[in-house]
Amino acid sequence: MIAAAAVGLMAAPAWAALGGSAATVQADRAHMQGTLRTVAMQSYAVHEIQGSSGTVVREYVSSAGIVFAITWHGPWPPDMQQLLGSYFEQYVQAANAQGASRLGRRPLLIEQPGLVVQFGGHPRSFAGRAYLPPMLPEGVRAEDIQ
Amino acid sequence: MKLHRNFFLLVIGCGVLGAMGCGGGSSSNRSPVNAIASPGTNVASITVNAGPTGNYVDGAFTSVTVCVPGSSTCQTVDGILVDTGSSGLRILSSQVTLPLVQQNAPDGNPLVECFPFVSGYTWGGVYVADVEIAGEKGSSTPIELIGGTSYPVPAACTNMIATSSDTLETLGAYGILGVGQAPQDCGAGCPPSLYYGCTSSGCVGFSPTLAQQVPNPVTLFAADNNGVIMELPAVTAPEATSSGSLVFGIGTQANNALGAATVYTANTNPNDYGTFTTVYEGNAYSQSFIDSGSNGYFFLDNPTTGLPYCDVNSNQPQGDGFYCPATTANLSATNQGVNGASGTVSFSVGNANSLFADSNDTVFNDLGGPFPGSFDWGLPFFFGRNVYVAIGGMSTPGGVGPYWAY
Repeated sequence: MIAAAAVGLMAAPAWAALGGSAATVQADRAHMQGTLRTVAMQSYAVHEIQGSSGTVVREYVSSAGIVFAITWHGPWPPDMQQLLGSYFEQYVQAANAQGASRLGRRPLLIEQPGLVVQFGGHPRSFAGRAYLPPMLPEGVRAEDIQ
Repeated sequence: MKLHRNFFLLVIGCGVLGAMGCGGGSSSNRSPVNAIASPGTNVASITVNAGPTGNYVDGAFTSVTVCVPGSSTCQTVDGILVDTGSSGLRILSSQVTLPLVQQNAPDGNPLVECFPFVSGYTWGGVYVADVEIAGEKGSSTPIELIGGTSYPVPAACTNMIATSSDTLETLGAYGILGVGQAPQDCGAGCPPSLYYGCTSSGCVGFSPTLAQQVPNPVTLFAADNNGVIMELPAVTAPEATSSGSLVFGIGTQANNALGAATVYTANTNPNDYGTFTTVYEGNAYSQSFIDSGSNGYFFLDNPTTGLPYCDVNSNQPQGDGFYCPATTANLSATNQGVNGASGTVSFSVGNANSLFADSNDTVFNDLGGPFPGSFDWGLPFFFGRNVYVAIGGMSTPGGVGPYWAY
């Protein structure tokens, strides 16, 4: 009983990352029990979190202090609710709406005006990225987010 | 046995003579035809078709027999997707009527697994069965029976993967036969978000030992247990169906010798197990892999390749997640094993919306889509190639797995 409640608490989204402020990077680091390394680029900074389960998350923070993109890779998917924050529901709805295509198991591609999520891989090696096209800093291209 | 060996000799003869037109006569005399083993003790038939849903594309299906352990109480389930990208046998619980026994977690409660695939997670109990495929048999094999459990899916599962694959429509098959490089489905350091002990008040995750995990079922076969070969014929134009063989064992029988195939070893680092490097236009992508369970060539993105994503709208919803170039793109990339082996692969990507126009076609050699920063060599890669998948830690004439060879 107690352990089950603890699992529920851990999963509660007390913070947001994508679209949130740079301060949320620290919350994500704590959630992933990870270590943080930051690389400054011209118009943004990349905060790389090495999580305890081996999954690496990079959060792209604009000079205005907004997390505009996230990438991940590792043996298992990260906590997407934690990383996508307020965009998680939009992501879930879009992922569930992909039933109209010819059936087949393949990477996920969600392309909406306000949200792009690409997610692929196989068990023991997953990789993906999510970004907010309207919030990309001037001069930053999708292919810069790796 | 005797008959089987004769079959094999016939097939090899065909392969050797392939350059002279054996194998149907339609092939160019410049391209050798890959020899496909005849059904036998260590050879299961596989078919690429629309699958049990009737609308699958580029998926290879087979049938698997499961039995109450130690008994002759068995049933055969068909429409099982052959997946070299994962490990473990998973069958929709709705397809299994046998009285199998569920495993317990270390806390003594029923063992339930959340297994994450990008297309959706499977949530179901772990049961033990004897598994029979072709003439191979694995005793007391833990398998996942997908769905059919009343325990609510934990948030730690749905936070990894948002969508569920617990029905025929969402899984795309009656089950998945994971015969990949990994000996177990999760491996060392498995996080507590995959395996759970469940009670009516909830499920509690734990980190399973290797022995507590769902294994690659091939590893429990009495023989021919070090890997598999997938053998499918070449495809030159869209087809309604195609058939080939799934061969068990590498170098264990006369029909599964490594031959002239090149061995590309894969990473054993737990953070990217079962990957190698693909080089495209001078850039190396180190988390690439070969996966029969992906239904196309999935690689990079539109800005990197120049290939447009399909225009998806209510009139053309089918190409969602694929590339749709105006004309077929002929490309090449180089695969590099961890062992330094290197080889160029030529491949083509057509317009998925156009390819899907004829709903009878399910076999495409030029289906592709995006996967940023990586190459996922899906089922089209297997057409016209015998692809060897050696299981991690297992000895073969080509060395110790994990590796691919082709």
